[in-house]
Amino acid sequence: MLQITGLAASIDGKDILRGIDLTLPQGEVHAIMGPNGSGKSTLSYVLAGRDGYAVTSGSARLDGADLLAMTPDERAAAGLFLAFQYPVELPGVGNANFLRTALNAQRRARGESELDAVQFLKLARAATKQLSMPDDMLKRNVNVGFSGGEKKRNEVLQMALLRPRLAILDETDSGLDIDALKIVAEGVNALRGPNFSALVITHYQRLLDYIVPDRVHVLVGGRIVRSGGPELAHALEADGYAAIAAEAA
Amino acid sequence: MSAALAETAHSFLARYEGLRDHLPGDGAARQAAAAAFAASGLPGPRDEAWKYTPLRALTEIAFHAPLAALADARAPSALLPELGMPRLVLVDGRVQPDLSVLPDGVHISGFAAAPEFGALPGGGRDAMAALNTMLAEDGVRIEVPEGVDAGVLAVISLASEAAHHPVDFHPRHAIRLNAGARLTLLELSRGDGVYLHNPLTELQVGAGAALVAVRLQEESHSAFHLSGTYAEIADGGSYELFLLHLGARLVRSEIDVTLAGPGARFALRAAQALGEARHADITTIVRHAAPHCASRQSVRTVLDGQARGVFQGRVEVARGAQKSDGYQMSQALLLSPDAEMDTKPQLEIYADDVKCSHGATIGELDADQLFYLQSRGVPRAEARGMLVHAFLAETVAALPHAGARGLAESAIAAWLGARPA
Ligand SMILES: Nc1ncnc2c1ncn2[C@@H]1O[C@H](COP(=O)(O)OP(=O)(O)O)[C@@H](O)[C@H]1O
Ligand SMILES: [Mg+2]
Repeated sequence: MLQITGLAASIDGKDILRGIDLTLPQGEVHAIMGPNGSGKSTLSYVLAGRDGYAVTSGSARLDGADLLAMTPDERAAAGLFLAFQYPVELPGVGNANFLRTALNAQRRARGESELDAVQFLKLARAATKQLSMPDDMLKRNVNVGFSGGEKKRNEVLQMALLRPRLAILDETDSGLDIDALKIVAEGVNALRGPNFSALVITHYQRLLDYIVPDRVHVLVGGRIVRSGGPELAHALEADGYAAIAAEAA
Repeated sequence: MSAALAETAHSFLARYEGLRDHLPGDGAARQAAAAAFAASGLPGPRDEAWKYTPLRALTEIAFHAPLAALADARAPSALLPELGMPRLVLVDGRVQPDLSVLPDGVHISGFAAAPEFGALPGGGRDAMAALNTMLAEDGVRIEVPEGVDAGVLAVISLASEAAHHPVDFHPRHAIRLNAGARLTLLELSRGDGVYLHNPLTELQVGAGAALVAVRLQEESHSAFHLSGTYAEIADGGSYELFLLHLGARLVRSEIDVTLAGPGARFALRAAQALGEARHADITTIVRHAAPHCASRQSVRTVLDGQARGVFQGRVEVARGAQKSDGYQMSQALLLSPDAEMDTKPQLEIYADDVKCSHGATIGELDADQLFYLQSRGVPRAEARGMLVHAFLAETVAALPHAGARGLAESAIAAWLGARPA
């Protein structure tokens, strides 16, 4: 499980996260909602280990291990997966090769045997099929020439293959039509179980109709200003963040 | 010219004086080249065309002539790839009939047996060309008859360490495609130890003929490779060159192409990958001498360590060469703060209705791409390798022969594997 305590972080001396406390028990799915610029992506990047953020205080532990002391690839091997708000294009890197390299790197780090090309393709084809993605997605260069929706689905494909213990989905729903949204939700729901937990960052209540969260947290100005059950998402939809933030202040 | 360069030039001239009565072919042409070389010496820092590629390192080495006869046991057959195609093999600049497999439908001869210097523009115009003319002993001559599709042919140059001291060799090649002929050439150079390989190739591509050449330079990391290619393309003919600089301590490939007839085409796709204190230079001169000709050049360079890369591309469009289409692009990836890329495009345009452009980029690995890969569990060093590989992948994937792609892939993989993380 994930335990974030008093986490504060800045970029170029500018404070963005101002003391976040959040406990995500094993097997649960929590949603984080908040207005633009409130620090949702910053939180996900700090947890995944992107360069450029100074953690000024606090800690983040995954299954008791200090996440902040690990390199990004070590965090991934420990079971963390971030679905990027803006997935990165990798010209010249084939998607299948990318996925297999990632999967095998994690298996190696965990002391498991690597998959050969045939074993991998079998897994990958099953995953694309389950997510209603065309096989040719595996042949293309990573995210190059993908539509916005295809990029998001490709993130979900990676998650399905890497089978993380903890997934952070950063606005994976934005820009998706309803069919694509259902596919993303199915991707997450298929992984749900006692050994999987997720932080679902979203702007809209809509996604939470399909991925029903155990708890909802509201992030405003780098702090969690309110937490509650799934009904909180509906209240936000009705009243807006301003009302919640004012109430919390 | 520095004293060291003068001394090295002098040793080549002295060699020529000793050998001149035994060298094959037109003595007058050699004598003229020797006179030109004596006057110019080796290119030095004041030579504008060689500003970015100093030959200082060459002067630290005492070069000798290669052994005349190569004992079989000394043939570096481990360097000879199994490609399943006809091949002409040279060792230390000399054609080895025993190692060669002749193709059908093509006229092949050796320079030693049928020496002819061809019609190099200006004879010994360039110092390295003059040095080649002065000392050339052997080389291959290939002629494809009119209308014949000669398929694929490999020309493989190996350097042995048979002489136990540094050697220099200056093979002279001539390749001619008559009208409508086709040929795919796989030109491979490899070797062990310290040597100077200074080949000169004269190419003639006839009307409507098509030459595709894949040139893999994989010389020893202690070797020098200074090559000159002089091509003339007749109307409707095309020369497509895939050039990979993957080896050598210092390499310069000078490519001089004249698009002589209307509709002639030249395309260069090149990649250079090097580290340590190695040096790689691609210098091209493309002369649009007739209307409606097209040239496309794209060079990708990856530099690590203190390596230095150079791309100089000059495009000349003659008066009257209307509708010329010239494009050139250089992209460099620097993996270390001590690496350096020098790019020098030059357009000289004397016609008014032309389309010519050039561009250059120099960058580092993209931090977002690295993080994306790492966030998927790929360790940093491996992620860097993947992105470098990706930068070169397009060029390798474009190689028109599977065997060539395989050789290039393994050379790049070996280089990536040997790089410090
Ligand atoms: N690289 C950066 N440099 C400077 N400020 C940044 C950078 N990235 C984000 N910020 C700022 O940090 C705040 C939080 O951004 P972000 O975490 O992306 O918010 P959210 O994902 O909730 O929309 C915003 O004010 C944003 O402008
Ligand atoms: Mg965001």
